[in-house]
Amino acid sequence: MSAPDTSGGPLVAVDGLHTYYGKSHILHGVSLTVGRGEVVGLLGRNGVGKSTTLKTIMGLVYPRQGRVLLEGRPVTAMPAHKLAKLGIGYVPEDRRIFRLLTVMENLRTGLDRPGVTEARKRELLDKVFAYFPVLGERQNQAGGTLSGGEQQMLAIARAMMLEPKIVLLDEPTEGLMPRMVTQIHQIIDALHREGVAILLVEQNVPLTLEASQRVYIMEKGAIRHHAPAAELKVGDAVIKQYLGV
Amino acid sequence: MSVFSFVQNFPWELFLIQTLNGVVTGMILALIASGLTLIFGIMDVVNFAHGELFMLGAYVGVVVLAGSGSFWLALILATALVGIFGAAMQIVTLRPLIGRDPLTTILATFGVSLILQNYALWQFGPVARKISEPITGQFSLFYLEYPYYRLLIAGLSAAIIGGFWLFLKYGKYGIWIRATTQDRVMAQAMGIPVPWVHTAAFAIGAAMAAASGVLFAPLVAVNHTMGLNWVLKAFIVVVVGGMGSLGGSIAAAIFVSLLEAYASIWVSPSQAVIVSFVVLIFTLLFRPTGLFVPTPK
Amino acid sequence: MSKRDKILFWGGFGVIFALLFVSPFVLPPFWQRFLTEILIWGLLAMSSDILIGYTGMVSFGHSAFFGLGMYGAAAALLMVRPANLLLALACGLIAAAAVAAVVAYFSTRLRDIYFAITTLIFSQIFYVFIFTSTEITGGENGLAFRRPEFGIPGLWSVPFTNEMLHWFVLAVVAGSYLILRRIMHSPFGMVLQSIRENEPRTRAIGYAVERYKIAAVMLSGLFAGLAGVLYALQNKFAAPDFVFFLISGETIIYNVMGGIGTLVGPVVGAAAFLLLREFMGRLFGDTFPYLIPLGFIFIAIIIFLPQGLLGFMRRWLNK
Repeated sequence: MSAPDTSGGPLVAVDGLHTYYGKSHILHGVSLTVGRGEVVGLLGRNGVGKSTTLKTIMGLVYPRQGRVLLEGRPVTAMPAHKLAKLGIGYVPEDRRIFRLLTVMENLRTGLDRPGVTEARKRELLDKVFAYFPVLGERQNQAGGTLSGGEQQMLAIARAMMLEPKIVLLDEPTEGLMPRMVTQIHQIIDALHREGVAILLVEQNVPLTLEASQRVYIMEKGAIRHHAPAAELKVGDAVIKQYLGV
Repeated sequence: MSVFSFVQNFPWELFLIQTLNGVVTGMILALIASGLTLIFGIMDVVNFAHGELFMLGAYVGVVVLAGSGSFWLALILATALVGIFGAAMQIVTLRPLIGRDPLTTILATFGVSLILQNYALWQFGPVARKISEPITGQFSLFYLEYPYYRLLIAGLSAAIIGGFWLFLKYGKYGIWIRATTQDRVMAQAMGIPVPWVHTAAFAIGAAMAAASGVLFAPLVAVNHTMGLNWVLKAFIVVVVGGMGSLGGSIAAAIFVSLLEAYASIWVSPSQAVIVSFVVLIFTLLFRPTGLFVPTPK
Repeated sequence: MSKRDKILFWGGFGVIFALLFVSPFVLPPFWQRFLTEILIWGLLAMSSDILIGYTGMVSFGHSAFFGLGMYGAAAALLMVRPANLLLALACGLIAAAAVAAVVAYFSTRLRDIYFAITTLIFSQIFYVFIFTSTEITGGENGLAFRRPEFGIPGLWSVPFTNEMLHWFVLAVVAGSYLILRRIMHSPFGMVLQSIRENEPRTRAIGYAVERYKIAAVMLSGLFAGLAGVLYALQNKFAAPDFVFFLISGETIIYNVMGGIGTLVGPVVGAAAFLLLREFMGRLFGDTFPYLIPLGFIFIAIIIFLPQGLLGFMRRWLNK
């Protein structure tokens, strides 16, 4: 785990983000925070800009206006590979594992960083194989041959190799069987226990409400509602309004 | 004509020699095409200047050889220097074009190729240079003589390609290159410094082209237009082999070179190049994803 | 285009045309020929602009169209006596169109980069054929012939002097510009531009994108062949060097320097390039490798001024 931070503010904060894809105005002034070790949910229908928000935090997309702050430091214009080294892990929608690399090689893309001893690497691998025994079994198989659920696990494991301070999870349960959804829930809890912060983008309302401490709801590129997860329940009017469920 | 007389009249010795020649040329072509494929696969850049990097390598080899008398020093220096030049070229002309229409990179590398060609013409003049083989002598194959050096070229090229393949598969940076080739965005998100991986890949491609230039120089005349012929053949090979597929390029290189070598038995070499054109047209018509790519995507 | 724009455009066109028209009376013979050549290369670059600037396809095939136009005219002028201008034009255009059809058929099914490479390879295929078929095409020495009389055979003709040639070239190039401009503003041209902007969307809307691309290549090839015929008429020889893909490369340089998508820009680009070359030759001597600084300028324009010299006028010219 990284050195303790003394700034006292939120781990990640975005402030007034306006992001465009070409001429399309996707984010209309998005602001949110994620505290150290906190699990924060981001709910919303398809296409409201949840993924774009994650991508902006990850430095894969640059906003036209607004700032991204990591531990109080503005990192808006930083490229993704530097942000990854600073402790942001990214698990994208559709997983995007390296299909032609083996499971082990996928993990090594995150593991081979300067300043990590061989012993530490071994520890991290052991830990991740303890969480995901299936990955240990399929170490030398090509990523593309794994099932959907296994690929999702690999995507999360790969991000964990970076020893991140925060993991950006984009719809991890999409297309997964209920049994796997429970497993994802357990992983989120486990990461939380280790002190890793999580920004969880999801359309699965019950999971999000159970796993998160705070929840934001987005619609049409802006945050419409923000509350502690404990105050929200499935079936609440505000949930129905913005998510239609 | 009966089968027997066909067998009798068939130019077997010539066929054998041409097979060897085809393999030798094929290995050089494979080395050039591998660099081109690497660059295209990882950053979607069609490097028009690749033939000129080959030519530059040959010229650096000529100069170093004249100065030091050692062919092997020439090989090593040429590879290193042109590799560094490749890195510089990528940083200066290609990095500013990231995110733009990919066709701008074709134009930019075309511009570099013009500059390099004319620079060579200016510095070395239009008369071709010759350098001598580091190993002379021939060995006997049946009742024919075949030069050792040609076999050495094929062997060295194979060794370089093989070494490169091993590096890709097992080296730490090899994984970075493969990951970046597959998914540049996700590679960045994993902390891989993609801009530098691109520069390194370009440098490696350039170095491989330069090495081919030095290895091949004793066989042909070194002059400022030698890159043109090779770049064309290399492009054909890359398309026929399946753009972005290293194994495909190598297979295609040997295939096309063998066919051309055989064709040279009956037609003149300048007409034999038509063979590669025919193979290309055939590929475009029936298997546009590449003749040597396992399944059409 | 608004009334004011129209006046500006036609006014500008008229002024430039007039200037070019009177040039034989004003310029010394060397510069006169130089100007005529600029117009011819400009026409070639214009034809290339149809593909690069309007359809978004970079083609290295123009040397094939240009060269075959040249050889087609040469064939007509050598084989039919008395030498007939109209026949030369016709043969050149037909030869270029035939080549364009072949190239279009094979290349347009490929996207972007593969298209560019394939057109380049086709240029080389034609180059090799012409270079090696010495009996038919004169091989590397090319073909030399005489300029025909200008006029309609049997009715009226005058000797084809350099001045007459200049006016003829001017008329053809100006006419071509107006025709191409009209075509690019027509519904057909609009589809081409839409292909350049967003090909998948154009296809999704229902346009047979391949057919439009083939038509664009043929149109481009036709005018490139026309330029070839003009070049043959001016210089009275045809050589395989003009089929070599480097000619296409230089044409693309004119396009980029002048500004793609403007039709006139390429002509300006050709003028700029050829003038720079001429001046460098005069300043530094004939052996000076003018392509080195020009190459740097070219790369700098791609990086820093991608719209080219006339790029700022692109919107206005296409209204």
